[in-house]
Amino acid sequence: MLRAMIVELGHFTLILALMLAAVQVVIPLVGAHKDWRGWMALAGPAATAQFLCIAISFAALTWAFVTSDFSLRLVVENSHTLKPMLYKVSGVWGNHEGSMLLWVLILAGFGATAAWFGGGLPERLKARVLSVQAMIGLAFLAFILFTSNPFLRLAEPPFDGQDLNPLLQDPGLAFHPPFLYLGYVGLSMAFSFAVAALIEGRVDAAWARWVRPWTLAAWMFLTIGIALGSWWAYYELGWGGFWFWDPVENASFMPWLIAAALLHSAIVVEKRETLKAWTILLAILAFGFSLIGTFIVRSGIITSVHAFANDPERGIFILAILAVFIGGALTLYAARAGAMEAKGVFAMVSRESALVLNNVLLAVAAFVVFVGTLWPLIAELAFDRKLSVGAPFFNQAFTPFMIVLAILLPLGAIMPWKRARLERSMRPLYPALILALALGALAFAVQTERTALAPVGVALGVWLIAGAAAELWQRAGHQVARLGRLPRADWGKAAAHSGLGIVFIGIACLMAWDVEDIRVAKVGESFAVGGFDIALDRVEKVEGPNYLSTMATMIVSREGRQVAVLHPEKRVYPVAAMPTTEAAISNGVWRDIYLVIGDEQADGGWAVRTYIKPFANWIWGGAILMALGGILSLSDRRYRVAAGARKARGALAAPAE
Amino acid sequence: MRRLLLLLALLATPVFAVQPDEILDDPALEARARDLSQGLRCLVCRNENIDESNAGLARDLRLLVRERLVAGDSDAEVIAYLVDRYGEYVLLQPTASGENLILWIAGPAMLVIALGTAAVYLRRRKPVAEAAPDPLSEAEKKRLKEILDK
Repeated sequence: MLRAMIVELGHFTLILALMLAAVQVVIPLVGAHKDWRGWMALAGPAATAQFLCIAISFAALTWAFVTSDFSLRLVVENSHTLKPMLYKVSGVWGNHEGSMLLWVLILAGFGATAAWFGGGLPERLKARVLSVQAMIGLAFLAFILFTSNPFLRLAEPPFDGQDLNPLLQDPGLAFHPPFLYLGYVGLSMAFSFAVAALIEGRVDAAWARWVRPWTLAAWMFLTIGIALGSWWAYYELGWGGFWFWDPVENASFMPWLIAAALLHSAIVVEKRETLKAWTILLAILAFGFSLIGTFIVRSGIITSVHAFANDPERGIFILAILAVFIGGALTLYAARAGAMEAKGVFAMVSRESALVLNNVLLAVAAFVVFVGTLWPLIAELAFDRKLSVGAPFFNQAFTPFMIVLAILLPLGAIMPWKRARLERSMRPLYPALILALALGALAFAVQTERTALAPVGVALGVWLIAGAAAELWQRAGHQVARLGRLPRADWGKAAAHSGLGIVFIGIACLMAWDVEDIRVAKVGESFAVGGFDIALDRVEKVEGPNYLSTMATMIVSREGRQVAVLHPEKRVYPVAAMPTTEAAISNGVWRDIYLVIGDEQADGGWAVRTYIKPFANWIWGGAILMALGGILSLSDRRYRVAAGARKARGALAAPAE
Repeated sequence: MRRLLLLLALLATPVFAVQPDEILDDPALEARARDLSQGLRCLVCRNENIDESNAGLARDLRLLVRERLVAGDSDAEVIAYLVDRYGEYVLLQPTASGENLILWIAGPAMLVIALGTAAVYLRRRKPVAEAAPDPLSEAEKKRLKEILDK
């Protein structure tokens, strides 16, 4: 009885949240227009209430998953009593309906946060921001309730659930979607601020200072989400691929690129009060790409046009949301962008121009990914050609933009605002340049194959890292003691830029110097791969909690010294009737040793795959460093001072009343 | 336990991409086969090339590629052979012909447009020199002279 109540309560609060969102759209917007303070003030409590309602709803669904309430269709289809608890919980968002509920939960969460911590915002702007945020919430709540209701019941509940997809039972994947959604949806804040500013007809440094932390947070979460997904693919799919240019991956990569551009152009608005109209456009586009990403993932249109045609309801609904919000915002933009007057002036060679170039490169790179992702669809619908656009295209069409970006980045970052002189800005960077060229040459010398990939990647990566260091050194006035006193934003910038450099080195070395060996090995046999001796010690059958495993024990040694004992597995999950490979990886700073066991062969040997993956961990290490740079920047004193000033003002205001 | 083992045997489908028995003895040919495989799509998979895919069809295609190579086909001939049978859907890198030119040109064209727009925007702005502080007024000049002469 109680169990039934909890689920119904969740369903009810979800409907209530929809109503609250509708109120939050209309009242504050009218209030802001008519200058009615009471109406504007309603936005805050409405945002809080909406968030609480969705939180209760989400908690109720989680409860249903945790207690395996098989009267809910969603739980039957996506859970099983044998699942470990962690994956019962992550099963809540491991499906369409639940993931959309998480989407609106995060959306309302961001709205509520803006209401709670937005005390310093001008009243009118705050009311409009929260109203726009509620419009998005309203659209997606309606989407959930009308097309993807997670609380649908079954008349005859079965005894057990149907799903135990073993590939998804993994911590990397369990936390991948929430981070991605925090990123996607975090960009809604930038969008709401942009639309509110357009309604207001005013963009200034204070506006940019408000938008930047939200964008920074969203970008940081996207970075972590993308890195988690890529890491999962690396160790789970059994051959060490880390990026596939899959439509679903591209869907998260496009907003990441645009968010990175937005971060940088918002700096220009904040510091120099220029590039305003462009920044607003980027804010609209960033969230636009998030919606496009949601559409691509949720409608399945890219993977199969026919699947979409058979069940178009959800896809069309999201497409309509996309059209209304992005179309509406762009119309508003066309009408109002002219009013955004630029104040700061700057010369052709200056930090401002460098950031314009950064924006052009990032935005065009995102455009290339966009066209490549949609091209199969366009070609089929418009030209009746059924074709594929895969990794080879993206590697060729996308990479040049990143190379140019990396070449220009350290120089642009060190240039002064307003007006710079190239040779003067270059001077502190010469040591970095020499180091980069030297290590690039070293990479060229040590490799056996003559490819350009590794030397170029290493040189660019070192240029980014050393360039960031040189910039810090210059900012500290060449004194070690002053390094520690630099603003955290400077450290954040250096960390993020050198993180990018580390990712460059990781990707280039891994792709260029990857060693692979495929063979049949008998138990007791040993073989040499890339300087390591690998012995297949034994193979045994092992029973796991909800799977059966063929587990090998392999001993890796180098020059007679044991390096690692690894246990690659081949698992079968009986309920899902699905085999998976569990690669065994010996992680290292310079290389991963990656072992996979395959089928038993007719002659009694086992198929064994060995990979030596140089610098693999640099890819995720670099991504973590980039996210860390975001955190450092977010914790900068300027934001804390702003918050502190707000508190002080509040404290003073209270007794005066 | 016996039931579990039986289950294991039944479910033990290949979970590997390239199998040891597929590999050609001639390393040069094998290297070409691997390169080609990475550009060919596993038709029943989602965005996977045949070199990485575990699907049965991918294995058939890998064997087919090797068969053609052993028969003396050039790389281009192997690809033509596959496109002939499976259509251009099998190519992960779309051809740069016909409508596909739009796809290939889209990026560079957008870059030119964006750079052009940015350049026009930057040129149209007032140069910094003009934004220099207003020249001193007569009164200010007089005051400055006073200070300097002191």
